[in-house]
Amino acid sequence: MTHLFERLSAAARPLASRPTTSPAPTRRDVLRIVGGAGAGLTIALALPGAAPTAALAAEEADDGKTFAPNAFVRVTPDNTVTVVIKHLEMGQGVYTGLATLVAEEMDAAWEQVRCEHAPADADLYNNLFWGAVQGTGGSTSLANAFLQMRRAGAMARGLLRRAAADAWGVGVDAVDTAAGQLIHPETGERVPYGQMTARAARLRPPSPESVPLKDPEDFTLIGRADLRRKDAPEKVEGRAIFGSDVAFNGLLTALVLRPPRFGGTLKTLDASAAQAMRGVRAVFAIPRGVAVVADGFWQARKARMALKVEWDESDAVRVGSKALWDEYRDLADTPGQTFRDDGDVHAALAKAASSVVEATYTVPYMAHAPMEPLSAVALRTASGIEVRAGSQVPTLDALAIAEAAGVRPDQVTLHTLYAGGSFGRRATPDGDVVAEVAAIARGLFERGIAAPVKLVWTREDDIRGGRYRPMALHRLRGALDEARRPLAWHQRVVTQSILKGTPFESVLIKDGIDGTSVEGVIDLPYAIPNMLGDLHGPDPGVPVLWWRAVGHSHTAFAVESFVDELAHAAGADPLVWRMDLLADHPRLLGVLMLAANKANWSTPLDAGRGRGVAVHASFGSFVAHVAEVTVSASGVTVDRLVCAVDCGLPVNPDVIRAQIEGGTCFGLSAALRGRVTLDDTGKVVQSNFHDFEVLRFPSLPPIEVHIVPSAEPPSGVGEPGVPTVAPAVANAIFAASGKRLRDLPLKLG
Amino acid sequence: MVRLVINGSAQNVAVDEDMPLLWVLRDTLGLTGTKYGCGLSQCGACTVHVNGRAVRACQTFAADLDGATITTIEGLAGPVADAVRTAWIDLNVVQCGYCQSGQIMQATALLARTPRPTDKEIDAAMSGILCRCGTYGRIRAAIHAAATTLGG
Ligand code: FES
Ligand code: FES
Repeated sequence: MTHLFERLSAAARPLASRPTTSPAPTRRDVLRIVGGAGAGLTIALALPGAAPTAALAAEEADDGKTFAPNAFVRVTPDNTVTVVIKHLEMGQGVYTGLATLVAEEMDAAWEQVRCEHAPADADLYNNLFWGAVQGTGGSTSLANAFLQMRRAGAMARGLLRRAAADAWGVGVDAVDTAAGQLIHPETGERVPYGQMTARAARLRPPSPESVPLKDPEDFTLIGRADLRRKDAPEKVEGRAIFGSDVAFNGLLTALVLRPPRFGGTLKTLDASAAQAMRGVRAVFAIPRGVAVVADGFWQARKARMALKVEWDESDAVRVGSKALWDEYRDLADTPGQTFRDDGDVHAALAKAASSVVEATYTVPYMAHAPMEPLSAVALRTASGIEVRAGSQVPTLDALAIAEAAGVRPDQVTLHTLYAGGSFGRRATPDGDVVAEVAAIARGLFERGIAAPVKLVWTREDDIRGGRYRPMALHRLRGALDEARRPLAWHQRVVTQSILKGTPFESVLIKDGIDGTSVEGVIDLPYAIPNMLGDLHGPDPGVPVLWWRAVGHSHTAFAVESFVDELAHAAGADPLVWRMDLLADHPRLLGVLMLAANKANWSTPLDAGRGRGVAVHASFGSFVAHVAEVTVSASGVTVDRLVCAVDCGLPVNPDVIRAQIEGGTCFGLSAALRGRVTLDDTGKVVQSNFHDFEVLRFPSLPPIEVHIVPSAEPPSGVGEPGVPTVAPAVANAIFAASGKRLRDLPLKLG
Repeated sequence: MVRLVINGSAQNVAVDEDMPLLWVLRDTLGLTGTKYGCGLSQCGACTVHVNGRAVRACQTFAADLDGATITTIEGLAGPVADAVRTAWIDLNVVQCGYCQSGQIMQATALLARTPRPTDKEIDAAMSGILCRCGTYGRIRAAIHAAATTLGG
């Protein structure tokens, strides 16, 4: 971990402490600082050196025919425009999104554009909201790259026009472009970009900041709902290569046997039976357990079952979910660390004692369970290590790989491949799966086995592997004044810190408060004069991680359920009640009203049916859901979900819709089905999709997504669709049945 | 040795007795379009056609398949496959795409037998194929669109 810590603590150094000889901050740097204010996962940064694009451009343009004016765009004589994507495509549509931005400013035809993942290079491909780190998460991809990608495209177009102007002997301003073609001002002749690449490649690229951008009025691709996703053709033909699909001649497969309880370590290993099995190449201990390397998955799996292992469980987690909930409830009886304190909650609650409403909400540990189980491929040689994986944070992954493989960071080559979903699981502070594969590759190298190896996690490894969304308990107390308006709101949060013990701790935990534990509460938007928020952060030793929407995935459930409870206590319509209290939040109000209108909020439903609403801001975007449910003797059926989203300028409306549909489905799965529990000895109970249930085809109701028109800068959509689903459904169940469900997954009776 | 016709080509494949077809396809033959998601017939990511029927390759044993005709996503072709793929692309069904090989294998098997499936029939056929990205709604629409294209 030392490299990691060095890098991050260097990164954490305030800008002010930079040597005075540093160049004045450029726009890029300013963006980094600005991004720091709002982004969940932000690392303010010490600067790398000069703008790096020129070197790569020169290298790529080496053949004299390829036009590569910057690190993001390449045009080849076959008229293909390649957009280099600095973020991981894991389903969220980032290929399509970033390519749209480039193609828009470049006037490229959508059909001529293809995408590829960028190499690991934090100087060229960093997330502008994360400082010196290349990575994908926090629903930041489109937002951080919005201007950067447009500039990259505009720069390419400008140079192509200049090349054409030179070739034709006309003024550059006279050369127009459309759909990937340069138009001769006099003859009207149209020349494809591909024919002008050699000339354009000889021109000196201007600085990205100096390139003029289109007026939004002139957009032809941004905002278009009919663009086809760039990654779809290879994915419907089975040609797309995910991390688990890498195939080399002689590629071996590794599985790892990990301790049955979190915190266990290897005590003794008897691998004799496993080693004698056909196809088994090596068995050895790695820091996380025992690696079994064989010719293929099946041999490795059988050999893993034949291992005889004793674990040292002296530091292992031995507590079960039941005991943990008791502990969390006890904690909720005592004051925690205050993170928000407006007015005087205690006085207000005492004064309005007769109207105090109290409720406790819980959400369980939750596995991400991306459809593609974790996987990565590595080859360690004398000169370094090469890794292929669906890497979500290549900068941290590369450092973790170096550490585990016993090489220097500059000896790591990391290729990013498609990821079959992630939902946060592939973004780990310590490299996780890539560190494991690097340790295995190192073990093979040290044993003289010169073959690449693919590490595969089974689904059981995935469900039992920890890194869950932390379980959380919210204890709420609220009170109304004489006019039945909210007077006080006290929210006590009990949940494990995600950031504690990670390299981010020193940077991102402020005054003992992990922002990811309280996001959505610390910024509670409702106009309530007395508000207190306090936090307990117990650490049961179960590894936790950000899970789609992170803290918002539980805070919104508690907040939006409790707002509903207060509304009912006040005898008010839950929609009208929210609207009154959000008068100062036009964007929340906007999505709330849009969703309610589209869901015909005021039309009565039959007995046994009900509507519920929830609204929430996360990751810079604003979302409201209205759920319609039927409650009958056989349980709850969700009949319809209507969603409104305001994510600023809608760059790819259909990708936005798809992400909100996906987030809604993910949120509904967690609301109705999903949970990970520990038995009384500390072992994870669930293991695969038969007992870790996720939503199946027939259970998904129709989902409608409505997008608020906006000219604000675009914000994320990968996560914001999740938080409001569970509370909207719980509120609808209350409306339908009078039963208030306060624990996820929601279960009647 | 088992004799298999895989994506139109006859092959003799050496397999372990107990090795599921999934790993024969992925590891032995390098056909990685067929995915592993659970190994327990719970997720459908491994769905292929054996003699025209959609089956879960993770619970089908290669040793039992002597003489069988197997189609994987890589070899899936013909008017139904074309209509399905076109609908999938036109309706932007795909997100991460990892489940989509299985979804498409199942959907083409459905349409081959039931050219104009109802929503209920789609539910029944597709309920075994999980998607964590939440593409079910679009898959339903794309199956209907493909059915329309095929004139069913
Ligand atoms: S891998 Fe076969 S059904 Fe999941
Ligand atoms: S598209 Fe990702 S699991 Fe279905």
